[in-house]
Amino acid sequence: MFSETTQPLWALVPSLLAIPLILATARRPNLRETWTLLAALSQCAVVLSMLPWVLEGRVIESTLWSLAPDIDLSLRVDPLGFLFALVASALWIVTSCYSIGYVRGTREKHQTRYFASFACCLTATIGIAFSANLLTFLVFFELLTLTTYPLVIHKETKAALSAGRKYLAYTLPAGVTLFGAICWTATTAGNLDFVAGGFLSTKHGTTETLQLVFLLFMIGVGVKAGVMPFHSWLPSAMAAPTPVSALLHAVAVVKAGAFGVLRVTGYVFGPELLRDIGAWTVLAWFAGITLTMASLLAIRQDNLKRRLAYSTIAHLSYIVLGAALLSPWSWTGASLHLVFHATLKITLFFCAGAIYVNTHIENISDMAGIGRRMPVTMAAFAIGSLGLVGFPGINGFASKWGLALGSLEAEQGVFLGLLVLSGVLNASYFLPIIHAAFFKTNPAFDRVAEASPWLVAPLVITATISVVWGIAPNLGAHAVDLAMLIATSVTGEHSG
Amino acid sequence: MTWSQLPILTPVVLLVGATAVLLTGRIRPSLAHRLATATCASCFAIAIALAVQVHQHGPTHYALGGWSPPIGIALVADTLSVYFLLVITGIALLVMVGAAPAVERNTPGRSAEFFAISLIFLLGLSGIVLTGDLFNLYVFLEISSLSAYTLVSSGDERAGVAAFRYLILGTIGASFYLLGLGFLYSVTGTLNMADMAMRLDPAAVPVRLAAVMITVGIGLKMAIFPMHRWLPDAYTHASSTATALIAPIMTKVSAYVLIRILFFVFGTSMISIDLPIAQAIMWLSVAGVLVGSTMAIAQTDLKRMLAYSSVAQVAYIGVGIGLATPLALAGALLHVINHATMKCCLFLVVGAVELQTGNRKLSSLSGLGRKMPWTFAAFTAAAVAMIGLPPTGGFFSKWYLVLGGMATGEWWVVIFVLGASLLTATYFFRLLESIYTRQGSELAPIKEAPLAVALPIVILGLAVILFGLFNSSILDLFLRDAMPPGLVIPG
Repeated sequence: MFSETTQPLWALVPSLLAIPLILATARRPNLRETWTLLAALSQCAVVLSMLPWVLEGRVIESTLWSLAPDIDLSLRVDPLGFLFALVASALWIVTSCYSIGYVRGTREKHQTRYFASFACCLTATIGIAFSANLLTFLVFFELLTLTTYPLVIHKETKAALSAGRKYLAYTLPAGVTLFGAICWTATTAGNLDFVAGGFLSTKHGTTETLQLVFLLFMIGVGVKAGVMPFHSWLPSAMAAPTPVSALLHAVAVVKAGAFGVLRVTGYVFGPELLRDIGAWTVLAWFAGITLTMASLLAIRQDNLKRRLAYSTIAHLSYIVLGAALLSPWSWTGASLHLVFHATLKITLFFCAGAIYVNTHIENISDMAGIGRRMPVTMAAFAIGSLGLVGFPGINGFASKWGLALGSLEAEQGVFLGLLVLSGVLNASYFLPIIHAAFFKTNPAFDRVAEASPWLVAPLVITATISVVWGIAPNLGAHAVDLAMLIATSVTGEHSG
Repeated sequence: MTWSQLPILTPVVLLVGATAVLLTGRIRPSLAHRLATATCASCFAIAIALAVQVHQHGPTHYALGGWSPPIGIALVADTLSVYFLLVITGIALLVMVGAAPAVERNTPGRSAEFFAISLIFLLGLSGIVLTGDLFNLYVFLEISSLSAYTLVSSGDERAGVAAFRYLILGTIGASFYLLGLGFLYSVTGTLNMADMAMRLDPAAVPVRLAAVMITVGIGLKMAIFPMHRWLPDAYTHASSTATALIAPIMTKVSAYVLIRILFFVFGTSMISIDLPIAQAIMWLSVAGVLVGSTMAIAQTDLKRMLAYSSVAQVAYIGVGIGLATPLALAGALLHVINHATMKCCLFLVVGAVELQTGNRKLSSLSGLGRKMPWTFAAFTAAAVAMIGLPPTGGFFSKWYLVLGGMATGEWWVVIFVLGASLLTATYFFRLLESIYTRQGSELAPIKEAPLAVALPIVILGLAVILFGLFNSSILDLFLRDAMPPGLVIPG
């Protein structure tokens, strides 16, 4: 029952099982939240139990049943999928604690729907991470679109509903585009299984056709990854409650998009074909422009969550850029950023939420002096910000270092320039917040104290992890080893 | 009784059932519904037995009155027939189970008549899919159509007009079919399908004329664009039970007739190479998909919206028939069961809402998601399937259709089919948003529908998802064997 081949399956079970349990115990909130926590813990444990196998280089596969002729509903754990699943499931634990504190603190309505949708989203995310082929991927990808919708509109205000419509208006057409691209692949290649290094080649079509299909694929997954010009749903989606923004709009959903970019570039097209058809430069430039533009736009936002959203857009494009550069180090950096950006950005969102629960303040201009009253929260915020700026000693440095090496390795110094510029811009939109929070005073905050432990503990944990991984990036999850494995398997070589 | 008599059993049971329901209605009206349900249940059981029989021993023939074909009329149950028979009887059973309260409300004191006509309607449909004789098919077609007109007329105050319009257009369609059949008979001298398929000369002018006439006639019954105009009125004004019974299966059976005659009697090459019939069906259906979806967006009446979406969804089946490739045809056949399930689910929900709130305007659905959670969970599943999102059945019908379209290089068809799902998403998500978020304007306490009404809805909602997840089982069990000669599903 618990053999190697069934393990990927068991990783889906906890969150899936939690859905009916949460719905059934709607009237007993404490029991209901117990299910969420139990599911999150066991899901993370199951995923983590596969770490030794993945490190040994074994690929664990479990096939469920046939979805269509020659295409199975099939799960497979490789280093990239494992890394993504690990981040999502581990951060679900802290987000669950945080959610409990948050929804009770703000007295949100429809908490049962909230927790049930969360469990649905996690099921879909783990499914995306462990999909063995494009059709399975599409099934879970669309499922994620659907199950996130109730969370985006959760507050049911006018803004939330219109954010929901905008979300669907972006993601559904993207899903259709992806569907078309996958159908083309099935018709032409007759195979949809992910292969490290790609399974399409120039014999499957003319350069123009392949470029078009790649474009369709990139629109399909790029909308969730917030690549410009498909990004504007993400700032709007900040209308959702903060824990939703924290886990879904910094980790699960948007990372599913970035993960999709990695899967398509590395495991469907492959570096060789992308070089042949010249598509990588286009993708790299889209990412480069996005990460610069989004950082510039972030400076203009006064709403903290919107600023964080633009920062997310920029940082997702770091990953896309790493994927597009096709070099071993850029892939290492991109894979690491998938993990490291998650712990940093979730910390920042947790801080934004803690401030909101305590003071109902959303705008940065009102936050001057808050650091004196909520020192722990704002210290964590400082760690998250500095990490995203690329400060050594925090994990964001490690992934940026990889990306920087990657752009040199790919002989694309211009992107190194953009990365540095973006680091400076990061500093210019984050550091003023920290400065104002600690060095200014505001009498309005005299009665404000730290938020409840349910809210503070998660952000302390994620900030601590960020620092620990900043000093020893390979600790615990072997993130660096895994990133190296991914880069080697996709690009075929690794100088590191 | 031997197993070879199974094909005739369904029509016989329905005929006897209809008579018995009518008679019990005079004596004990409350028994009429139970008897009708029992009749449908036994028909479903017979359909399953027949499916098993066909699966194990191949097509089952039954010569009516002992007259062997081509002189006599033969009933032939092959995989394609039993597939449709299962859909017809399965849907009928689920509609019938919860029909009592709605029917009593719509036609007080005349429930028994309604149920009897419903059984006659089912008799016509099951006859169509079982017969191996083209004229016999016409007879069954008229039986089902006449009873459908009657069922439609039992609805609201405007149902009479809608039924009359349906009757006129339906009769024109049937006449076209009959005329075409006359041409074929004059050339070949036979009415038996298998026999005729061997004797047809695709080059002969009367045969070509007949092919066009039959396509037009059945296309009208199937509501292929631009011959769909009867459908929205008929579905909107008929009683909710009648719509839930007619909408999921009537147009599908017309699609069956089209597939049976075009692919099995005329042959794939004649309708796609000698004559551009398949192409015509394909492009008209593409137009139907777009027009139906667009019109659905504009509706404020829930039933009318669903009716227009039926025009679009049936057109997907038309696209599959028109593409005439194995995968596309598989997609069309898969969409038969998928669309029957989801549309039946949706119309039953409309019935349940009418029953609980007495209203069916789109605005009256506001906030009902919380008051009728089970019903609307199923509604959501069906709506998602209509849009074509995984893992529901609707996704996989589109998957096969698009693969079929790509295989033949019909890129525009692919683009329109995919684009139309966004139109569908527009009207269904708008609906879902108001169902789950807005507060109902009336403070009247609305409760979940009674068990007999809600249970079939929930079963259908689950089926929508299961048919998607296990679509390849449907493919392997039925569709591979149901393919016309010369078309083989790869894999």
